[in-house]
Amino acid sequence: MNQVLIYSIISISSIGALAAVILYFVAQKFKVFEDPKIDEVADKLPGANCGGCGFAGCRNFAEAIVKAGNMDKLNCPVGGNALIKEISPILGIEAIEREAQIAVVRCNGSKIKAPKKVEYDGAATCTFSHNLFAGESGCPFGCLGLGDCVVSCKFDAIYIDDNTGLPVVSNEKCVACGACVKACPRSIIELRNKGKKDRRIFVSCINQEKGAPAKKNCDVACIGCGKCVKACDYEAIILKNNLAYIDYEKCKLCRKCVEECPTGAIIELNFPPRKEKSIKTETVNSEL
Amino acid sequence: MKTFKIGGIHPEENKLASSKAIEMLEIPQKVCIPVTQHLGTPSTLVVEKGAFVKVGQLIAKSDAFICANVHSSVSGKVSKIETVTDTSGYKKTSVIIDVEGDEWESSIDRSSVVKKEIILSKEEIVAKIKDMGIVGLGGATFPTHVKLMVPQGKKAEVLIINGVECEPYLTSDHRVMLEKGAEMLVGITILMKGLGVEKAMIGIENNKSDAIQYLQSIASDFKGIEVHALKVKYPQGAEKQLIKALINREVPAGKLPIEVGCVVSNAGTAFAVYEAIQKNKPLFERVVTITGKSVKNPSNFMVRIGTSVNELIEKAGGLPEDTGKIISGGPMMGKALNSLETPVVKGTSGILIMTKKESKRVEIQNCIRCGKCITVCPMGLEPYLLAQVAENTNYEAAEKERIMDCIECGSCHYKCPSGRPLLDYLRIGKNKVGQNIRNRANN
Repeated sequence: MNQVLIYSIISISSIGALAAVILYFVAQKFKVFEDPKIDEVADKLPGANCGGCGFAGCRNFAEAIVKAGNMDKLNCPVGGNALIKEISPILGIEAIEREAQIAVVRCNGSKIKAPKKVEYDGAATCTFSHNLFAGESGCPFGCLGLGDCVVSCKFDAIYIDDNTGLPVVSNEKCVACGACVKACPRSIIELRNKGKKDRRIFVSCINQEKGAPAKKNCDVACIGCGKCVKACDYEAIILKNNLAYIDYEKCKLCRKCVEECPTGAIIELNFPPRKEKSIKTETVNSEL
Repeated sequence: MKTFKIGGIHPEENKLASSKAIEMLEIPQKVCIPVTQHLGTPSTLVVEKGAFVKVGQLIAKSDAFICANVHSSVSGKVSKIETVTDTSGYKKTSVIIDVEGDEWESSIDRSSVVKKEIILSKEEIVAKIKDMGIVGLGGATFPTHVKLMVPQGKKAEVLIINGVECEPYLTSDHRVMLEKGAEMLVGITILMKGLGVEKAMIGIENNKSDAIQYLQSIASDFKGIEVHALKVKYPQGAEKQLIKALINREVPAGKLPIEVGCVVSNAGTAFAVYEAIQKNKPLFERVVTITGKSVKNPSNFMVRIGTSVNELIEKAGGLPEDTGKIISGGPMMGKALNSLETPVVKGTSGILIMTKKESKRVEIQNCIRCGKCITVCPMGLEPYLLAQVAENTNYEAAEKERIMDCIECGSCHYKCPSGRPLLDYLRIGKNKVGQNIRNRANN
């Protein structure tokens, strides 16, 4: 009995020892060098694996940034400037300050402004509905309101407002990863600079039809009249294909265009109420 | 009796208008003709606002290969050129013509004599079919002249004429075969000459026995045309299924029928070819079935292209009160319209009116893995699996499971006891996978 015990202990331990020696040499032979910086950088990253940087996950981003050795084209929108400051000493490079961005929904064709003309009861995804027809309101550019953007958001930062039927982006939660931008089949959502004190001005419409057909389906459509272009002192507004677009890099947030717009397609967010004669436009809070 | 082997269903036939003769619909006050009415490169306009056009005058053309001309269906003044919602659900450039009289192009032969003699050569036939804007009238509107140009290295052996009309409710092809049978057979002979084949087979489902008998009795006058009765089974009218049923050959995945030596054309198209070649008449009118259980007079109308759906409905007894959906095409593969002003186009084979009760979707329940969708899939796919991977956006798996082979016949969706929207997910998946494949090809 004792002998059996001794034999088995000896044989098992010797197999173990032999395997350890083999594994040691194999590990030496097939060792892959990995920059320790990658681990350091990866630890600092948010770890949400949202794909906002353009890579599959945070670790891939860490690998890419260590390999590149600079951050010209690389950015983690979730971590923002604070994160870049943290990881730049690890990489030994100077941090680049970037303006924070946020997702902006460029359609204001709510249930009241762009009433339903037909009823859709097919599969409840925007992608599918977009392939079928112009939409319940008839606007071929407008929001379908079926929430592909909501499904795509990993940060719970976007939801469909029941009253308007339009998606609303949360100022605090949105990290500008761009998932919703990709999910929207009509490219309604755009990443724009967050702006000082979260103040933003943008054209909340992407309808490229001429004035009359655009207005037929929606009260707040951009009709491409060009009044805002004339009103702008900074050449920040471009009119192309019957549609005005405000360049957020050039816009100085003077709000002159908002007053000029005859249909109310230009929206201002988070501005204080106007002092005098502020009847024409209402200040819209993004959280509402 | 011949039929295809895998899958298939037999929905209620409801061929309500099958005994109604084709009636000429009055020329409307105004027509709206979409500039592009075919699969392929869009056409460009050749008329201007204010111009006077005659019936059969060319109004849109293109020099591209896969493209079809569009002709005016009425005589009158072009009042507007604007965007109008067509059957695609989107606004497309269209020509609006205010009708004045009924003045035809002088080259069109309006007599009803059947002209059997074919004088044109093979090349001339193909060129004329292109000029006359003939497209497949089954619904897909693929330009017919392209089918007749056999690619190098391939050989056409047999022409297959699709008289199956497997969609429930629709009867337009049935009526064409019965009333215009002789003309249609001449059209088939023209197509055979254009294609350079000696043999043509007409496949007709057995529920149209009158058409089968009639065509069999007159087909003996025409060389090489055979009429075959097929067992009633949906989707026998699909190209691949019809080829399998008639000549027992299988078209390889992602390939065209020419790969197995055949070309498939619709019965209505053969009639249009006859009119184009023998009577110089471009494709500007077609037979449209207007039907539905709640419709007062289900009928088959000869309609000028561009007539609004509303006119058809009025003529068939008005819009029933409890209408839930108006579908362009049949109940299985048709598409719901979102406006009564939608014009009839070359691909409109029927207008189906469904009551609210009929059109309501059933409540979606969980998949119970019964496998009925697999049994009925005519392409031998696994719809429940494809729908699931498409729902979970796993498009790589969907591609691997051959989602692109789906013909969107809807048999799985029809049969599912849990009412799952299988076809919806399959379409989403096909769309995304198609995008991925195109992206890969471009890179």
